[in-house]
Amino acid sequence: MSYDFRNTPTIDQVGIEERVARFNTRSIKKGTKVQALKLALNMIDLTTLEGKDTEGKVKQMCYKAIHPHLALPDLPSTAAVCVYPTMVKTAKDALKGSSVKVAAVSTAFPSGNSTMQIKLLDTKFALDNGADEIDMVISRGEFLKGNYNFVFDEIAAIKELTHKYNARLKVIFETGEISTLDNVRKASDIAIYAGADFIKTSTGKIGVAATMPVTLVMLDAIKDYYFKTGIMVGMKPAGGISTAKGALQYLVMLHETLGNAWLDNKWFRFGASSLANDLILQLEKEARGVYFSKDYISVD
Amino acid sequence: MERIEVLKTYKIFIGGQFPRTESGRYYPLKLKNNMTVNVSLSSRKDFRNAVVIARGAFSGWSARAAFNRGQILYRIAEMLEGRKEQFLEELKQLGYTAVNAKKEIELSIDRIVYYAGWCDKYQQLNSSVNPVASSHFNFSVPEPMGVVAIMADESSALLGLVSVIAPCIAGGNTCIVLASESKPTCSITFAEVIATSDVPAGVINILTGNRKELHAHFSSHMDVNVIITCNSEKDVNKTVGENASLNVKRVFVWNKNWNIESEQGPHYITDLQEIKTTWHPIENIGISGIKY
Repeated sequence: MSYDFRNTPTIDQVGIEERVARFNTRSIKKGTKVQALKLALNMIDLTTLEGKDTEGKVKQMCYKAIHPHLALPDLPSTAAVCVYPTMVKTAKDALKGSSVKVAAVSTAFPSGNSTMQIKLLDTKFALDNGADEIDMVISRGEFLKGNYNFVFDEIAAIKELTHKYNARLKVIFETGEISTLDNVRKASDIAIYAGADFIKTSTGKIGVAATMPVTLVMLDAIKDYYFKTGIMVGMKPAGGISTAKGALQYLVMLHETLGNAWLDNKWFRFGASSLANDLILQLEKEARGVYFSKDYISVD
Repeated sequence: MERIEVLKTYKIFIGGQFPRTESGRYYPLKLKNNMTVNVSLSSRKDFRNAVVIARGAFSGWSARAAFNRGQILYRIAEMLEGRKEQFLEELKQLGYTAVNAKKEIELSIDRIVYYAGWCDKYQQLNSSVNPVASSHFNFSVPEPMGVVAIMADESSALLGLVSVIAPCIAGGNTCIVLASESKPTCSITFAEVIATSDVPAGVINILTGNRKELHAHFSSHMDVNVIITCNSEKDVNKTVGENASLNVKRVFVWNKNWNIESEQGPHYITDLQEIKTTWHPIENIGISGIKY
């Protein structure tokens, strides 16, 4: 399908912000809240992307992904763990027999400043080790230069590779670097038309990470594409979402923008690490009737 | 034209800011000059928010050099001294005589200076090197317990508040204080003093409201490590004791006459400390002849 990316819709920033403000006024209580908290937990890509990662740390995180909090045995596992390609094998082994997927960041994450050849090798290495999902970054420099074809082609090339392995592809824009909502919309359209299974806000490696306005613009792009083609694309806000309250606001926005079909970890993920513990904290509070303490929850 | 005086809205103090209670509730308080103050009636959620903030502030505050904590406490005293007139007037509006108001404010300042001095000294008095029958250097040191919930003395506007907050933060704890319900205005003015004294945001949080309503929440929150009540209300203290068992909070009933000059001491600091003992492996210490 052809599409001229110079003609992507422009965004009414004031309108977007007002709409987001309205999502944040919804009151969710009792049973609905518990259900939403569990859903949010089930949508997390539990993430560790640090230079100091070790096999031990990854194994520990994988255990947490399967059993978020032993004191509440009926909690769901998280959707996936998200690690560097070198940790994929460790994670895959640790998660054997569970439903938790392994996502690997690739294409010279987080900057994406490398040659196409290396990006493909990086991705292939992760896939060969068993990654179920690939989180790639786009070349923000090329994008800001207006070199949209370059960005489209690199996404398409990685998609071709992941498709061979039957892995799903998430495309990270690093929205804090492409700055404007117009750019976010443009990047969303480019990624979706180039074959992204998920579009994702941020790497979590720069100051500005996922925000609700940015996510709403991306959800709108997904909606427009769905109405045009009938094809569903997933959404992953990542970075900066650390409270249960924030997560619920995202779910409200998701529900009111894309509807029930997207309220599933097949189509929506949170890229987060500390969010899981805050969700557990609130679930314990709902279960006990008194406010709970992180003293009784595993740290990582 | 006659000038209209600008009156202060008394709000609560959480995380270094002065929000209104999230509940939007208030209770009227009649002052001696026949003015009425609308005082925030804090809710469970205000307390919950304050605990989150106090927990966040704990690691930074407890890790401060003891000497620096002393400097900051002394700074509170400096600020309080500078605002003496304001407090005198406010205390009078709450029914204090001029003499008693002066005593209340001066004793409050002196008490803060007293605890400022203790900040880097109570550790030595309460630490020990312990004799053990193995090649270990074994020592015990006090460490702050964490987040302290305080229900301050109902009968005192300022001194009762200061007498509990000062030893609590001197030892590196952070706190949430419920001010006297009948004399709450000074506590919020004291919060303004704290806000300008280099006390990191969230170390001291002050709520106003109803003790009967809030004591159950103060004592049941699992992320609170200590609860101090400064009143002798049997039913309240019973519930506090029962709820505290949920996470084995330390419970203290400090029903004291804070007006007595000697009602202060390092034991108020060390009550809010846990003793940590460390076993440090060493070479056989017997050879050097030292026997601990």
